[in-house]
Amino acid sequence: MSQTTNTHHEINQALKVEGPNLQQQRARAAYGFLAPMLITLFCVAAWPLMRTIYFSFTDTSLTNLYDGSWVGFDNYLTMRQLSSGRIIWRGVLADPDWWNAVWNTVRFAVISVSLETVFGLMVALVLNENFKGRGFVRAAVLVPWAIPTIVSARMWGWMFNDQFGIINDLLLNMHLIDHKIAWTASIDTAMISVLIVDVWKTTPFMALLCLAGLQMIPRDIYEAAKVDGVHPIKVFFRITLPLVRPALMVAVIFRMLDALRIFDLIYVLTPNSKATKTMSVLSRENLFDFDKFAYGSAQSTLLFTITALFVIAYVWLGKVDLSGKGAGR
Amino acid sequence: MFMFANLRALRRTGLCALVAALTAGTAIATEITYVSGADEIGVTEFKEMVRPWEEATGNTVTMVPMPASTTDQFSQYRLWLAAGNSDIDVYRTDVIWAPQLAEQFVDLSDAAADVIGDHFPSIIESQTVDGRLVAMPLYTNAPALFYRKDLLEKYDLPLPKTWEELTETAKIIQDGERAEGNADMWGFVWQGNAYEGLTCNALEWVKSYGGGQIVEADGTISVNNPKAIEAINMAKSWVGTISPEGVLAHGSEESRGIWQIGNAVFMRNWSYAYALGNDADSPIKGKFEVSPLPTGAGSDVSAATLGGWNAAVSKYSKHQEEAISLVKFLASAEVQKVRALAKSQLPTLISLYDDPEIAEAQPIIPRWKSIFLEAVPRPSAPTKANYNEVSSDFWSAVHSSLSGDGSVEENFEILEVDLEDLKGNGW
Repeated sequence: MSQTTNTHHEINQALKVEGPNLQQQRARAAYGFLAPMLITLFCVAAWPLMRTIYFSFTDTSLTNLYDGSWVGFDNYLTMRQLSSGRIIWRGVLADPDWWNAVWNTVRFAVISVSLETVFGLMVALVLNENFKGRGFVRAAVLVPWAIPTIVSARMWGWMFNDQFGIINDLLLNMHLIDHKIAWTASIDTAMISVLIVDVWKTTPFMALLCLAGLQMIPRDIYEAAKVDGVHPIKVFFRITLPLVRPALMVAVIFRMLDALRIFDLIYVLTPNSKATKTMSVLSRENLFDFDKFAYGSAQSTLLFTITALFVIAYVWLGKVDLSGKGAGR
Repeated sequence: MFMFANLRALRRTGLCALVAALTAGTAIATEITYVSGADEIGVTEFKEMVRPWEEATGNTVTMVPMPASTTDQFSQYRLWLAAGNSDIDVYRTDVIWAPQLAEQFVDLSDAAADVIGDHFPSIIESQTVDGRLVAMPLYTNAPALFYRKDLLEKYDLPLPKTWEELTETAKIIQDGERAEGNADMWGFVWQGNAYEGLTCNALEWVKSYGGGQIVEADGTISVNNPKAIEAINMAKSWVGTISPEGVLAHGSEESRGIWQIGNAVFMRNWSYAYALGNDADSPIKGKFEVSPLPTGAGSDVSAATLGGWNAAVSKYSKHQEEAISLVKFLASAEVQKVRALAKSQLPTLISLYDDPEIAEAQPIIPRWKSIFLEAVPRPSAPTKANYNEVSSDFWSAVHSSLSGDGSVEENFEILEVDLEDLKGNGW
């Protein structure tokens, strides 16, 4: 008996001593397991980002990456006095092309993400219902998302072609338009073309995320509403929407981040058009096409800042829970 | 698609390099990698073309195909060169790139000393930077006015000599053909997309109107002048009348698309469209001819932008000797003749213009000599490393003007200021 107590005591003693050590060991092991990913993330994300930010404060050129000298904020904003005494401002922040690109990007992001959210939710609501062949339809709607952007942009480029394109042909035959529209060439329709393609491509992604949110809503709430005879529209706004909101908010953040750095679609569909040139397209042009590597780095840095500000504002205003703790609600 | 092909080719190159490294010392053949944008010579035709060199030297050549757009190629090459990439030995370079990439290429002046004199001096000059021959010319290019001789005969109209006559003639034939049922007929197609091609088109209008060449050889910015503005305003009047509105998104292939199905009376395009237009299955085979581009108001100068492609050896290549030998072969009369016979690509060797075989197979080539003699260079030499931005500023200003985003006067005034800023105290 006493021996048993003794043993218990010893075990307790041992646990007390070993307790924190075990905890420490586990923490150490966790860091060990995380290390490869942290190192990879540092190499592919943090280091290039820091380097770009550094380049933006130098006069580096692409042909001479290691010999740039520090120029402070000159790439961002600098004041120059001309020989005539006139004072002019130079730098990204005084560059009308940059602000045009910012405006294009923000306009594109807000319109495309809004449309995709509405359409995505609609598609998700349909896919959430029980009907024959639902599995097939769920897979089929993902096709546009699965096609590489470059391919879909080329494909739509041909469909939008003013002379041979199928879109003009269809609209003409349906007598909706009376002359061929130069979709990607005209400054009035270039942005619309880009939006159409992006909405077509990304709505499935939104629908998928919304569908995941919808499936977490317990069925019995709907049954209760049905018993009480609540109008379906009221059910949507009072039950579905509030309950799907957390999932929706996260989906919108993903899309927003994606939309603010849009590059490939515009680069292929409407390259160089002033009406669609976004921040990424403009900074790439300065980085590689023109002899202005540092200037392009400054634009990339600002693009990063703007995207970060957008997300912070959104998370703060929308009280989005990114910790994952509310996921079960 | 290109990217995949590209990666595969690169991987293959890497593999070969590995094999080469492993078997070094056993006197094995070198593999030279040649990167080239899509042109009329396809990968298989290229293989055929370099076979004599491969057989003579025992080395092999791999071609890495790139997209057709010169702007896209340039940024990729610049990136590779900046990274000191040694996978690519030989680059096919645009005539305007030499001053921008000169530092990254090997000086060929000694290696090519024996043949330099056979090429057109203006082309050799365009590839010479600070006394270094940066690239050897493969073929040259100049655009011409393509016209439908059957339609001019049908309406009994003469070949237009000035832009004004062209505008009028195009309108008459376009309206006539549309009345007869071809609703898709257009008077004149050209390259109006915002890219390097628009710089070429607009430079021709401006130059032929006597409005200078954007930046003159001595570095003066001349673009903002009444004659240049008049020229752009004339082009603006075409959009939506004799040219489809979509012309503002057309590159050379889009123009050729409309032209070759018989839906255009006139086309401004490079010489390659001649051979393709006379292909066996072309609907307009034998129905068209070419002439120098029209002249402008009151000026009797016709202008054609000097184009063309060259081959340069990368400074980072591990096989420079073999690469130089390949470049010399690609620039030789033998290969230039193959290109001329097969694809009507214009030789840079003066003697080939009198070659009876070429004259018979491609009667167009001797005639192109006159167009070529009036060729005007783009301002890549005076603007040096800034050329791309100068060109982009210019095509943006022209594109905005043509699409009605501000008047030509306003846009050119801003363009002048932008170019002056870019120039600073000197190019």
